[in-house]
Amino acid sequence: MNEVTKRFQAKLNIKSGRIDMTHGSGGRAMNDLIEQLFQKHFENDYLNQKNDQAILPALGANERIVMATDSHVVSPLFFPGGDIGALSVHGTVNDVAMSGAKPLYLSAGFILEEGFALADLEKIVISMAKAAREAGVAIVTGDTKVVEKGKGDGVFISTTGIGVVSIDLDISGANAKPGDAVLINGTIGDHGVAIMSHRENLAFETEIISDSASLNGVIADMVKAVPEINVLRDPTRGGLASTLNEIAQQSGVGIKLMEDDIPVRSDVHAACEFLGLDPLYVANEGKVIVICPQDKAETLLEIMRNHPLGQHAAQIGTVHEDPNHFVTMETAFGGARVVDWLNGEQLPRIC
Amino acid sequence: MKYVNEFRQKELAHKIAENIKAEVQPDRDYHIMEFCGGHTHAIFRYGVQDLMPKNVHYVHGPGCPVCVLPIPRIDNAIELCERHNVILCTYGDMMRVPASQKKSLIKAKAAGADVRMVYSTQNALELARQNPERDVVFFAIGFETTTPPTAIALQQARKERLMNFSVFCNHVLTPSAIGHILDSEDPQADAQVALDGFLGPSHVSSVIGTKPYEPAVEKYKKPVVIAGFEPLDVMQASLMLIRQINEGRCEVENEYHRVVTRDGNLKAQQLVAEVFELRDTFEWRGLGWMEKSALQIRAPFAQWDAEKRFELSKSTGRDVKGCACPDILRGMKKPTDCKLFGTICTPEDPQGACMVSSEGSCAAYWSYGRFRMDNKGSENAA
Repeated sequence: MNEVTKRFQAKLNIKSGRIDMTHGSGGRAMNDLIEQLFQKHFENDYLNQKNDQAILPALGANERIVMATDSHVVSPLFFPGGDIGALSVHGTVNDVAMSGAKPLYLSAGFILEEGFALADLEKIVISMAKAAREAGVAIVTGDTKVVEKGKGDGVFISTTGIGVVSIDLDISGANAKPGDAVLINGTIGDHGVAIMSHRENLAFETEIISDSASLNGVIADMVKAVPEINVLRDPTRGGLASTLNEIAQQSGVGIKLMEDDIPVRSDVHAACEFLGLDPLYVANEGKVIVICPQDKAETLLEIMRNHPLGQHAAQIGTVHEDPNHFVTMETAFGGARVVDWLNGEQLPRIC
Repeated sequence: MKYVNEFRQKELAHKIAENIKAEVQPDRDYHIMEFCGGHTHAIFRYGVQDLMPKNVHYVHGPGCPVCVLPIPRIDNAIELCERHNVILCTYGDMMRVPASQKKSLIKAKAAGADVRMVYSTQNALELARQNPERDVVFFAIGFETTTPPTAIALQQARKERLMNFSVFCNHVLTPSAIGHILDSEDPQADAQVALDGFLGPSHVSSVIGTKPYEPAVEKYKKPVVIAGFEPLDVMQASLMLIRQINEGRCEVENEYHRVVTRDGNLKAQQLVAEVFELRDTFEWRGLGWMEKSALQIRAPFAQWDAEKRFELSKSTGRDVKGCACPDILRGMKKPTDCKLFGTICTPEDPQGACMVSSEGSCAAYWSYGRFRMDNKGSENAA
C-alpha cells in the first residue's frame, strides 16, 4: 500500500468492529477489508498483483496439474486444535496431495455474515496464513461476499487448490487391488469428537484436540520412497468407514478390516461410547488411508512413524476380491460384520 | 477403557462360547428373543452370533423406542412445530423416522419448522428459559430408562412456573410389551417361532428392577435373563437362558448384577409415579393397540402436557403396505423374509419401524449382516 493510499484510507477497527453489508459491496469498505486483513496476512507476489486472477508461472514438462476445491461450514468456528481458517487450508491441501501431488497455490472465497466480529475474522485469517505457510502453499486469489444477518453462520470459507504431480505417478481411488495392504497414519475420530465436545448443548470435559493438519509433507516422503502406492485418500466426513466404502466401490474390490488393529485414542473411544457413536464414522482432518502392495507396507509404515503426523501408523486391513464390494471387519470380539456407509448423519442413540 | 473393554474380551468370549457349546443339546433349537434394540445392536456390531452354535437363534424383539412409536404420534409432533409454531425438542434418532406423507422431523426442519436436537431434557428446559416468547415442547419417547429424566423436567417446569414449556409424552412400558408378544403367540400359525426365553433389557431394569417380569414368567412359563448391553453380557445371559431351558426352569435371573437389583431404583420409580399414570391404551408401531402399555402426564401437571395445551389432529397415517414389521417385531419373521427389505426399504429410505432406528432389527441386518446373504436375499450360514 503506498503512502497516499494509506493517508486517505479508513483504518479497520479490528478490535471492536463488525462486518456490515458495505464490506461486501465492492466499494471502499470492501477494499479496506481486503487490503488490511486478507492481503496483509496472506502476503505473496501473486496476491500482490491485485488482479481478479493470479498469473502463475509455467509448469515443468513432466508434470500434470491437480486441482481440488472444498467448502468449510464448521460449527463451532474455533475448536480444540484448530479453527475454520486452518481447516480450510488443511482440507484443500490434503485433497490435492491425495493424488501424490505437490500443492502450490490456493484461492480463498469468504462468505461473511453481517455482524461478524472483525477480531474473530482476523484470528481466522491469521490462522489460515500460518497453515498455508506451514504447508508451503500461497493463497494467491480470493473473493469476499457479505450476507445479511441470519443468512450465514458467521463465516463460510471455500478454498480451491492447485498442485503439480509427476506424469509417472498414478494414484487413484480406483487403483486398489486384491492382496494390497490398507494403512492409516494414526488414530481415528479425533477431529469429530473434538468438534462435538464443543457443540452447543454438549459440553463434556476432554483433552481431545482435532487432528487437523496438512499431510502433503508426509505424503511427499511416502511417494518418493514408494511410487507404487495405489490409493491415497483422507477419511474426512463420514469417517474411515465411508471412505473405505468409496474406495471399495471405485476399485471394484472388497476390503477386510481388523478391528484390533485400528488405532483409536482411549478418550475418543470413551466419548463415542458415551454418545452412542461409532469412531469408524467420526470425521478426521489429518488422516490418510494408504493402499499399497503388501510388500511395500512396512516401508511406508516406517516412513509414517518417523513423521510427526504418523507416529501411530498401522496396517488396518487388506484388499480382496468381492463382487459385492463390501467393507467387512473381524471384530475385536472375534465375530464378523459389514462396515457400511454412513447413513445420513450419525445421530446419538436415545438409550 | 475401564468398565467397557473388560466386557469385550475375545478370550473370555471364546470360553463362554465353549461352555455354551458343551451345554446346548444338539437335537433341539433354542430361540432366544432379545427384547431390546441395544442387544440387537451388540449382537450384530460384535458378531456375537459367529461364536454361538448353529442351533441357538437370536430372535429380534420390539425393544427400540424409536421403532415402536406409531406414525400418528410423529404426525402430531410435526403438527406441533408446523401448525402450532413451537420449538420442538427431540432426541437425535427420532429425526429421521418416517411419518405419513413421506414426512419426518428432519424434513419438517428443512422446510422451516423449528426442530432442535437435544441430548437431555435439561437442554429442552434451557431452551424454554432462553425463549420465553416461544412455546417449547419436549418430544418425550422411550422405555422406563428415559422416563425419570422427563419426570424431573416436568417437576422443574412446575417449580419454576415455566409456562412456555410442555412435554408431548410417549413413554412406553417394557413388561406390557413382552406380555403382549407372548399373548399373540399362535401355536397353529405356520410363521410362528416358538420363543424359548428372553434376554431382558438392562437399562430399563436399572430403573424398574427384575421384579416386574416375574408375573409374565409365571404366566407364560418363559425364562427371562436381564442382560447388559456389552457382547460378553449377551453371551453370558444366553448361557444362563440355555441352562434354564435345558433344566426346564422358568425364572427371572439377573446377569447384570453390577447395575440391576430385584427392586430397581425406588427413588426413580417414586418420581415417575408422582408425575405419570398409566394410559388405558396406546398404539405401538408394528404391534397395534395395547392396554396399559404407556404413560400419560398426571392432572396436576396438565399445564405442562402438550396434548392438553395444543389441539392435535387425529392422524390416520398408516405403515407402508407389504411391510412385515408387525411379524418381525413379534419374532415371527426375519427381516430377510420381508419383500420390502433391501429393495424399497433401506436405512437411507426406511419404510417400516424395524429399518428406522440403527437399533431396529432390519437396520442391524442390513448395516452389519448383509454379507451373510446370497443374491436372492436369503441368509447364508456365517
